[in-house]
Amino acid sequence: MAGKVAAPVAELTGPLAVLKEKFSEALSPGEFEGAVIKNENLVEVAKFMRDDLGYDYLSSVTGVDYPAANEVEVVYHAYSARHGLHNGKPLVFKARAPRDNSVVPSLVSVWPGADFQEREAWDLMGIKFEGHPNLRRILMWEGFAGHPLRKDWHEAYFEQDNKPFDSRWPGGHHTRAEDRVPLADNVAFPPGFDPTDFNSQAETTLVERARSVDVSELGQLVSSDGNGSGSGNGHIADAIQTDHLIVNLGPQHPSTHGVFRMVITLEGETILKLEPVMGYLHRNHEKIGERNTFIQNMPFTDRLDYIASMSNNLGYALAVEKLMKVTPPERAEYIRILMVELTRICNHMWAIGFLLNDLGAFFTPALYAIEERELVLDLFEAASGSRMMCNYMRFGGVARDLPEGWIEKCRDLVFNRLPKATDDLDHFLSENEIIRARCEGVGNLTAEQAVAYSAAGPLLRASGVPYDVRRAEPYSIYDRFDFDVAVRYHGDVYDRYLIRLDEIRQSIRILQQALDQMPGGGEIQAGKKQYQTRVPAGQAYGRVDGPKGELGFYVVSDGNPNPYRYHIRAPSFINLTALGEMCKGQKIADVVIILGSIDIVLGETDR
Amino acid sequence: MYGSGIIKGLGVTLKHFVATYIEDLRYVLKGGRYTDQAMPVRQGPRARGVFTVQYPEERLPVPENFRYIPFLVFDTQKNEDKCTSCGICAKVCPPQCIWIVRTNDPKTNRPVPQPAEFYIDATVCMSCGLCAEFCPFDAIKMDHDYELSSFERFNNLVFDKARLTKPDTYHAQIHPTDWAREQAEIAEKAAKDAEKAAAAAAKKAAAAKPADAPKPADAPKPAA
Repeated sequence: MAGKVAAPVAELTGPLAVLKEKFSEALSPGEFEGAVIKNENLVEVAKFMRDDLGYDYLSSVTGVDYPAANEVEVVYHAYSARHGLHNGKPLVFKARAPRDNSVVPSLVSVWPGADFQEREAWDLMGIKFEGHPNLRRILMWEGFAGHPLRKDWHEAYFEQDNKPFDSRWPGGHHTRAEDRVPLADNVAFPPGFDPTDFNSQAETTLVERARSVDVSELGQLVSSDGNGSGSGNGHIADAIQTDHLIVNLGPQHPSTHGVFRMVITLEGETILKLEPVMGYLHRNHEKIGERNTFIQNMPFTDRLDYIASMSNNLGYALAVEKLMKVTPPERAEYIRILMVELTRICNHMWAIGFLLNDLGAFFTPALYAIEERELVLDLFEAASGSRMMCNYMRFGGVARDLPEGWIEKCRDLVFNRLPKATDDLDHFLSENEIIRARCEGVGNLTAEQAVAYSAAGPLLRASGVPYDVRRAEPYSIYDRFDFDVAVRYHGDVYDRYLIRLDEIRQSIRILQQALDQMPGGGEIQAGKKQYQTRVPAGQAYGRVDGPKGELGFYVVSDGNPNPYRYHIRAPSFINLTALGEMCKGQKIADVVIILGSIDIVLGETDR
Repeated sequence: MYGSGIIKGLGVTLKHFVATYIEDLRYVLKGGRYTDQAMPVRQGPRARGVFTVQYPEERLPVPENFRYIPFLVFDTQKNEDKCTSCGICAKVCPPQCIWIVRTNDPKTNRPVPQPAEFYIDATVCMSCGLCAEFCPFDAIKMDHDYELSSFERFNNLVFDKARLTKPDTYHAQIHPTDWAREQAEIAEKAAKDAEKAAAAAAKKAAAAKPADAPKPADAPKPAA
């Protein structure tokens, strides 16, 4: 196919062979490890995958644009989370549609977790998902013209398709983008559009959606909790003329951890419906990523989940290493493990501290938690040069070796300080009556729901699903360490708090083993370090269990110095799919802690 | 018991409060509360009491690897820029904030290994350090000076060559380990060159110039 990488068509084996047997007509092998499924059979095949093959967890949905073939493609990665089948390997399948009429059936009915991801693919790639209950833009604003991840879409201040830009060298006189491309001749309006007459329908739609509450559910929601306004004498709305109140929380709100907005429909104080609105921090990270060369993306990944930049680095490095088929040397692997596990501790300290903030314990507990984080950041700074924007991993290794004395400092922290700090947090917080009263039984998410909504990380594991990528599909050298997958079973805010403590303890265990096993010296980079990485054509999905959940990087290379497609499966974003469900029937006062217990970072949510 | 959580919490705060003054006293007796000797301990894993410093009166030392906006190294011994304007930094720069004008020899019109102009737009630079990491000549390094606030956005924050250039003595001072490695590499190379030259002289090879001249910057091939 023109514009695509010619690779040998893979044989259909394993679960794919089973599928082929059942749906022979619908499946065709692709030039990747998976199958292309005909659109008319997609839903049926997906149901079979979920129910009969055990792929109950849809990890990633994204689109790829192939203008040369006049085609768009939707790529799905499904895993088996509750059943733990197929060795943790994904089932990769694709659906294809022509570019100018790109309609693909929606899989929200099979995996509700596809909801936000399909909306994102519609928003950024312009793929219509037929049957999606709410196919509106999610990251861009309603009224935005075009779909920015299409290859022929150009941003304001567009200079060139790929970096490095020709204007920088050898005749690089400094110019500013603002001067170079005046906004006036860089903005195109769709035909017949008058900007002075623009009236966004977005707010109207939101309010309309907020008003349209399913009344049949209403009585059940309000009376299900003991103190609901409708308890006692049946449903209050039956007796008195009442109206629902629509409350808009955010985007500028101190408790939303960034610019994030929730439109909430209330019956008294009980939430009937909650709709998250996001994209305020959207910068089209993926488009920037496709302009960048492979190595240039590394510092950009720091800016996704800026609390956990080392994990982001590792996820991206793993995806590209899969394509390059390189393995980092032993010492680099251990350094990576140290860094990402320290990151997890950092992140969970932060999450716990700010959950307490959300609970009303204003900043005193948070500062104790942040103190531990500061010590870890000191280590990051000494090794990588920056506290948060680490930019430390490279393809096949790490940027630089650890400085002298680093290991000793790390040992001191990991063996002497962090275990005690974690115990302290546990001692002071876990049995605190306010915390227990506010958190227990709030924001429930059952195991079935968690898996269906593609929740990941602590959110999933606190609901009783012991699914951890480090164990399910071990990457790097996680198979060498003795650790437990933390799991809690109530799926409420309290368990999500406890599981973070559990995970910190497991991380400390891993760190202690890694520090003991780590080779004293040796190479930290496989092969020669190159400023322009040659990445063979192909596609890879690298995923790590980041502190927020499963962080995946889907990278397509066509052999050029720039990735052809660069997609991030952002756990902060996808975990929000379940937010509406978790808040249903809860009190408005608890929204803030339910959101806090998911632990989102808007840099990653909005990308 | 109701209220026990609050009492426990207040106890922690009180302990912390008292520890701060005990620590302060200890370090005052040792010669200063926030000296370079005190800071690593007071901010380290064995810290007790208050953890914060009163910036800008007190500052934390930055580690050697700390990176902020790059600078160009000026070789004070040879009295020339180390930069050869090979353009690798401009090509690897993720936000593309490096602009280089190459010098051409006026007679032959062939490039001379000296930059005519060199700009870094500090408003765009993300301080990732890739330029310093991939520079084959150790000519661009990351700075430790992080106080760049300015009232003028464009006039003061687009750094030109004059503003960017700093002597190698400064580099040696802030990056002692890195400097030692560079010096060792130079010494090793000089020893090898001398050895080669001696061997060549002994053999009386026909070519007057052995292959000891350092290869010019691998002019990177344009992306295929």
